[in-house]
Amino acid sequence: MALLEVKDLHTSFFTDAGEVRAVNGVSFNLERGKVLGIVGESGSGKSVTAYSIMQILASTGRIVSGSIKFDGQELVGADEKVMKTIRGNKISIIFQDPMTSLNPTYTIGHQLMEAILLHTNRNKQQAWDRAVEMLRLVNVNEPEKRMKQYPFEFSGGMRQRVMIAMALACEPDILIADEPTTALDVTIQAGILELMKDIQKEMGMAIIMITHDLGVVAQLCDEVVVMYAGSICEQGTADEIFYNPCHEYTKGLLRSIPTTDSGGERLQPISGTPIDLLNMPKGCAFAPRCDAAMKICIQEHCDRFEINENHAAACWMNVKKAKEGAGL
Amino acid sequence: MTTQNPNGEPLIRVSHLKQYFPISTGFFKTKPLKAVDDISFDIMEGETLGLVGESGCGKTTAGRSILHLYKPTGGEVIYRGKPIKTAQDIADYRRKATMVFQDPYSSLDPRMTVADIIGEPLDVQHMYKTKEERRERILELMDHVGLNSEHAARYAHEFSGGQRQRVGIARSLAVNPDFIVCDEPVSALDVSIQAQVINMFDELQEQLNLTYLFIAHDLLVVRHISDRIAVMYLGHMVELAGADEIYERPLHPYTRALISAVPVPDPVKARANQRIAMTGEIPSPLNAPPGCPFHTRCPYAKESCKESMPELREIEKGRFVACHRIEEIG
Repeated sequence: MALLEVKDLHTSFFTDAGEVRAVNGVSFNLERGKVLGIVGESGSGKSVTAYSIMQILASTGRIVSGSIKFDGQELVGADEKVMKTIRGNKISIIFQDPMTSLNPTYTIGHQLMEAILLHTNRNKQQAWDRAVEMLRLVNVNEPEKRMKQYPFEFSGGMRQRVMIAMALACEPDILIADEPTTALDVTIQAGILELMKDIQKEMGMAIIMITHDLGVVAQLCDEVVVMYAGSICEQGTADEIFYNPCHEYTKGLLRSIPTTDSGGERLQPISGTPIDLLNMPKGCAFAPRCDAAMKICIQEHCDRFEINENHAAACWMNVKKAKEGAGL
Repeated sequence: MTTQNPNGEPLIRVSHLKQYFPISTGFFKTKPLKAVDDISFDIMEGETLGLVGESGCGKTTAGRSILHLYKPTGGEVIYRGKPIKTAQDIADYRRKATMVFQDPYSSLDPRMTVADIIGEPLDVQHMYKTKEERRERILELMDHVGLNSEHAARYAHEFSGGQRQRVGIARSLAVNPDFIVCDEPVSALDVSIQAQVINMFDELQEQLNLTYLFIAHDLLVVRHISDRIAVMYLGHMVELAGADEIYERPLHPYTRALISAVPVPDPVKARANQRIAMTGEIPSPLNAPPGCPFHTRCPYAKESCKESMPELREIEKGRFVACHRIEEIG
């Protein structure tokens, strides 16, 4: 049994302009100790998927249907008491912006200890020791001194390290990282990613890495889910996704980024603009921007199609190829 | 992409440019924050010079000082052989050198229509005689950047991020400039849109013979668009070389660390990549260390590095490095 099983998840926001289907039938499994990357552009539903797992959606948002099972336990429909035992304890989250996710009026030590005291039976002294130990783990120098400092005395990279320390203090089984390095410089980013990798190996937790940066995915992830307009277009192992992409959107994404050996030649962008979630097309959501779109793409939504045991995509091209291959 | 003419006159020559900001440290006491401290380089006509560095290294300030959006504390900017000095020089220079900003969401006035946003530089510089001429120019500019002319009467909020950035680019092209400072023009855009805008920069450069100073932190994007790349650290320029050379064989210890930190979108290469870790963090420009600015984090630093500031010198043809020990560390 997988540690986390998300099945046919639908999450919508009910706004004045109508229902916005932010997540549209997302399914994936996360095994213990694995790193799963969720990639997509803004509005693709990658963050909403994570917030649905944690049930920290904005007030207009609601999980409409589907199931999220953590270690066999159903979380959809679970009451707030149950969720409180999960959040921070079993599943932790770190957010994009380390500048705003810490409270500027409390010391770093206070905020770290708060999480530990809330979720474990440690007393204050033990919580202090644990907090110092965690700061040391995330390579913060002079942790005892740093405990008494306020967030403004920390740089961006250091704050994100504190956030990671806080998220990991209770040894969660899953760490959700929502664009944890987007606000940071590449040199700082490289350090944070290495740290996450090391801690993951040491503590054996699973990570869900939400990002738009394919470079980050290549560096860190075992498995990848590519999202577009609230649905999964492709999922598989990192090597399969990068070296054998089977969805036109994934192919387009990989073509449109400059690589290390692309010299002077032009990039091949994906034409058009991202989709408006209020006016979703009937067929494949990517069809209006897809160069290879066929008649069926506009008319019908394509279901998940297994390419091999490590790889699946929702693209009619694969169905067509399979049919041709079978001589039909 | 055009290659530079080694014998030609540079379009822009930056000579010992300094930009200090006074920071108050007490009653009537100020201390200079040396955002840009003595940088010199040439930008050739038709070339794209990339400017990279970590946040706080002074790359945006350098771009703005070069445009005389700030009055430089020292040094000068020479445009086509003529130093920019008097108010008249600056006014003329404004018609030739413009800027594209990072954030297409906050750099466009929400109360103005797209036509007025693009037309405003024309109004300021009195660049038309009749209303009809103005309108035609605006439509021509919209066509250049791939915007539908029917949308001229719309407001910025009705556009997506990529289209807004096109509006910002059309505005910067309005006065028919030959030099554009692009300050992180694609970092706020989605990956699939980034490529569209990057290609547009390339196409416009060919059509209109533009010269760019392209400031960005995404090193893969900078490498793709630039002919040469300059690396800044703490207000100083540490390395300047051809885009491919700097990427494949970085020389300055800081550039080496920076390039090795770039996340490569390729799992096999990413696994093979050996990152050169830097110790510590970038010092505050208010308390810049004496001597080489990088010596506090440099794995090769020696006593001599703490004493004197290394000069940017040409160690191979077209390769400039500011490091005392570059010959020893190879």
